[in-house]
Amino acid sequence: MRQAYIAGAGNTAFGRHEGSGALDLMAQAAQRALDDAQLGRADIDGVLCGYATTLPHLMLSTLFCERFSLEPAYAHSVQLGGATGCAMLMLARELVRAGRCGNVLVVAGENRLSGQARDSAIQTLAQVGDADFEVPNGASVPAYYALLASRYMHETGLDEEDLAQFAVLMRTAAVRHPDAHLRTPVGVKDVLASKMICAPLKLLDCCPISDGAMALVVSAGPLGKARVAITGAGQAHRHQHLTAIADTRNYGARDAARRALDEARVRASDIDYLAIYDSFTITLAILIEETGFAERGGSAERVRAGDFAPGGRLPLNTHGGLLSFGHSGVAGGMGHAVEAYRQLAGQAGDRQVVSRTRAFVHGDGGVLSSHVSLVLSRED
Amino acid sequence: MTRPASAPFLEGLQNSVIRYQACTACGAAQTLARYACRSCGSTELQWRTARGAGRVYSVTTVARAPSDEFRPLAPYALAIVELDEGPRLMGHATADARIGDRVIAGFFDFGGRRLVRFTKEA
Repeated sequence: MRQAYIAGAGNTAFGRHEGSGALDLMAQAAQRALDDAQLGRADIDGVLCGYATTLPHLMLSTLFCERFSLEPAYAHSVQLGGATGCAMLMLARELVRAGRCGNVLVVAGENRLSGQARDSAIQTLAQVGDADFEVPNGASVPAYYALLASRYMHETGLDEEDLAQFAVLMRTAAVRHPDAHLRTPVGVKDVLASKMICAPLKLLDCCPISDGAMALVVSAGPLGKARVAITGAGQAHRHQHLTAIADTRNYGARDAARRALDEARVRASDIDYLAIYDSFTITLAILIEETGFAERGGSAERVRAGDFAPGGRLPLNTHGGLLSFGHSGVAGGMGHAVEAYRQLAGQAGDRQVVSRTRAFVHGDGGVLSSHVSLVLSRED
Repeated sequence: MTRPASAPFLEGLQNSVIRYQACTACGAAQTLARYACRSCGSTELQWRTARGAGRVYSVTTVARAPSDEFRPLAPYALAIVELDEGPRLMGHATADARIGDRVIAGFFDFGGRRLVRFTKEA
């Protein structure tokens, strides 16, 4: 089967884009990705896009294509919560490998921050809870993750100061990215002193809501100087709702990671860059541990040891993650893959870490519900 | 007339009882409402009434309510409780509830719905 390569990436800054709609932001990121890949509109024969809570349209992909003047031979949108970005990349790879498409544009973006009232965004997101059993209690996404955190911390001994390490790590990274939403440096004390949202999660344990967009082009041939291929992909979906979680040692991330690593024919120890979904600090801790990049309960120790810093053994989310680069829905979850590609391609500018060849990318949707793992490999 | 899968649970709540599904083939209790048993796949699920007692599996205190409706109630504790019959259920809880505590379900009306609030067993 053919190999699928990432040919280009583009993004808008994350934060507040007053007056811009979802399509406006998607178009900016998509144009930058095409320019980066040095492709014209006629070269794009596949388009995958995410959903936008601020633009709930029946046919977002073709709506975007018309506005952006694309006439692809294949198009649709994908909905898998925070895992959508990774799922689209996995699908784009399959389309290319099967010979269905030559150049697939993967794009997502929305004005999640400025396009609606904050309560409205929170209510929309809370609906990932069960409509009859969970949501009526006055639950929200932070409450679901707080309940997840409460149990996981009870089982593993991770504490609030451990979780704060991840907030500081992500903020320290975002300070170095001009497009990040939150760039004011914070320390562990600031995280611990930030406003309580849902115990044990405080404001700085939670990602912000942002406006912004991300785009990638997945192609049959390596274009340009960097040859970064998607060499493995895997998914797992073991539950939808928090209360239905059966196994706190395998929410699904472990299965997805194993499938991706097996397909790429590599081991976790072969990975030298991490791009992992981080809607909350607890999300990042759990996913790192479950995918095998830290012992259970041991992820914060690796942060303290500097392992996940840009100069460490296993740099993690060097763009600042959802926690500080920002979260604009599907695009937020694509940000990890975009940064992993740039790091592998040697195009991360001032943030460039020493030469990396193999990245593990993981997206999670819902309440650790849907998991998609990818392996990106640089061919020299 | 067909009804939503979760109707017996919601009707139970209005009558201050907690209902759950159990598999008539393998006996497994189900969390939430299902069309098939999560253990054996049988579609023969039967609604039963739980005693309301169980153990706290996880707990949080919601300081930032998600809507105007719930703001007057904040801060409030939410818990996932593992009922003695097996299923897990999300409900409100008293502020002193901790993981591992034995609790019993009570009920309160809020915003036009009847909700569960777990209190520690005496």
